Amino acid sequence: MRAKLRKELPLHLMLVPGLVMIILFSYVPMAGVMIAFQKFIPAKGLFGDQKWIGLDNFEYVMNLPSFTQVLWNTLFISSLKLILGLIIPLVFAILLNELTSNWIKRSVQTAIYLPYFLSWVVLGGILIDILSPSGGIVNEFLGWFGVSKIFFLGDNDWFPFTLITSDVWKNFGYGTIVYLAAITGIDPGLYEAATIDGANRWHKTWHITIPGIRMVIVLLSVLSLGQLLNAGFDQVFNLYSPQVYESGDILDTFVYRIGLLDAQYGVATAVGFFKSIISLTLISSSYFLAYRFAKYRIF
Amino acid sequence: MVSLLCILPLIHIVAVSFSSSAAASAGYVRLWPVDFTLASYMYTMSRTEFWQSMLVSLTRIGIGTPLNLLLTILVAYPLSKESHALRFRSVYAWAFFVTMLFNGGLIPWYTTIKEYGLLDSIWALVLPGAVPVFSVVLLLNFFREIPKELEEAALIDGAGHFRTVWSIFVPISKPALATLALFSMVEHWNSWFDGLLLMGNPANYPLQSYIQTIVIQQNLSNMSRDAMLDLALISDRTLKSSQIFLGSLPIILAYPFLQKYFVKGIVLGSVKG
Repeated sequence: MRAKLRKELPLHLMLVPGLVMIILFSYVPMAGVMIAFQKFIPAKGLFGDQKWIGLDNFEYVMNLPSFTQVLWNTLFISSLKLILGLIIPLVFAILLNELTSNWIKRSVQTAIYLPYFLSWVVLGGILIDILSPSGGIVNEFLGWFGVSKIFFLGDNDWFPFTLITSDVWKNFGYGTIVYLAAITGIDPGLYEAATIDGANRWHKTWHITIPGIRMVIVLLSVLSLGQLLNAGFDQVFNLYSPQVYESGDILDTFVYRIGLLDAQYGVATAVGFFKSIISLTLISSSYFLAYRFAKYRIF
Repeated sequence: MVSLLCILPLIHIVAVSFSSSAAASAGYVRLWPVDFTLASYMYTMSRTEFWQSMLVSLTRIGIGTPLNLLLTILVAYPLSKESHALRFRSVYAWAFFVTMLFNGGLIPWYTTIKEYGLLDSIWALVLPGAVPVFSVVLLLNFFREIPKELEEAALIDGAGHFRTVWSIFVPISKPALATLALFSMVEHWNSWFDGLLLMGNPANYPLQSYIQTIVIQQNLSNMSRDAMLDLALISDRTLKSSQIFLGSLPIILAYPFLQKYFVKGIVLGSVKG
């Protein structure tokens, strides 16, 4: 018994630094959600003698007309991003797989995967420049076809779609490579057999490729479900402006503005808490479903 | 065609950044610089803020990445053991896992770091993300694939767990660790929001936060009058483009060489078995 413990002790010791870090920087902030139930005064400190006000902050938020709008924006933007973010890479991976030249295949992959590694600060700067109505290259290009200038980043009708399109642009290379990796795993014998049976490309895609990567499709869709309330803080923050708050403000940017700019700590924490609870439910169920349908286990 | 669409915007920005201000503001620049000039780069590079923030970013990577790797290894190794070899294994595993599922939100997070007195210090950028739980998951799954016999042999030879990690697991996992290191570096290089939020003094901004204030927020308030006059000679567009390009340069340069690791990284993460 004693000997076993001695053998085990180093393992426990190894975990100490990691545990200390997550306690300090994850669990203490979790305890900090109590701010949501307080009339929080920062000067008194996180564990200071704050005034408790029950659910007042939540009630206040629910009665804000902008809150419903923000919630709607979040769901709208993020669900379109999720759906397109699943379908476009899939279609693209299947098309790319049909290419016979390895050289082209590899260069295409390299090009589409690159934006994934650039920050939204950099991409935001690029988008602001190329989408600008005054001299932006996109509007100039549209001008050749007689399209009148579009204010992509300043027009409430266009802004959500600009967000969705640019998000797909940044991320679809990643999804494509995941799907391609899965396609590579399919037994080539199946394709040969199908060719002998007289199947054309379309038959093969429909009856071999798609069923062959069904697990990955299910897994990615299910796991993305957990991200439903994350409409992309980094992106929105770098692209929006007061003109488009109406269509582009999402939960995370809302929390930032009312919390840190207006210093309504309690209210902002209440919104954050609301978001975290729903996200927790979504992520847990998505992991559960992923295990159920794709046998995906995180540990 | 689609892949061109992905990189054309980047090429355009580079072209703008090397063009003369007149050509850029008149909108003559497409994919090749017009009236080639380095003026905007000279200007950006002459700013002390630029070099200061570059130094902050490099320090951040220098401290952050080794710390991330060290903690990932230290956490992943014990958790890769069976639960009979490590008591409370599932308690530990859940403790880490929960941090991926739930967080206190922005305000409590900010308040906590403020209470620790970390604002305006490099540690505020490095410590909160010190344990990348997702990397831990990847690495522990990788560790599990390592044949048990190797470890047993080491234990018989009298090596303790620390010895075993260092001289057996780490060398074997080099490709996985390289991938995780790259992701951690990219992450640190690209982070901008924590810098903006936690650094009160712009002198402590990492490069991406600095670029964010200049390019996106157009924050000219902390600029001297002389700087303003200088600026009048270079167009806003070329200047911003040069900063955007410099901000992404390390990644663009390293990318072709590192791409295979990156691909390995996502395959490591998403498609198992």
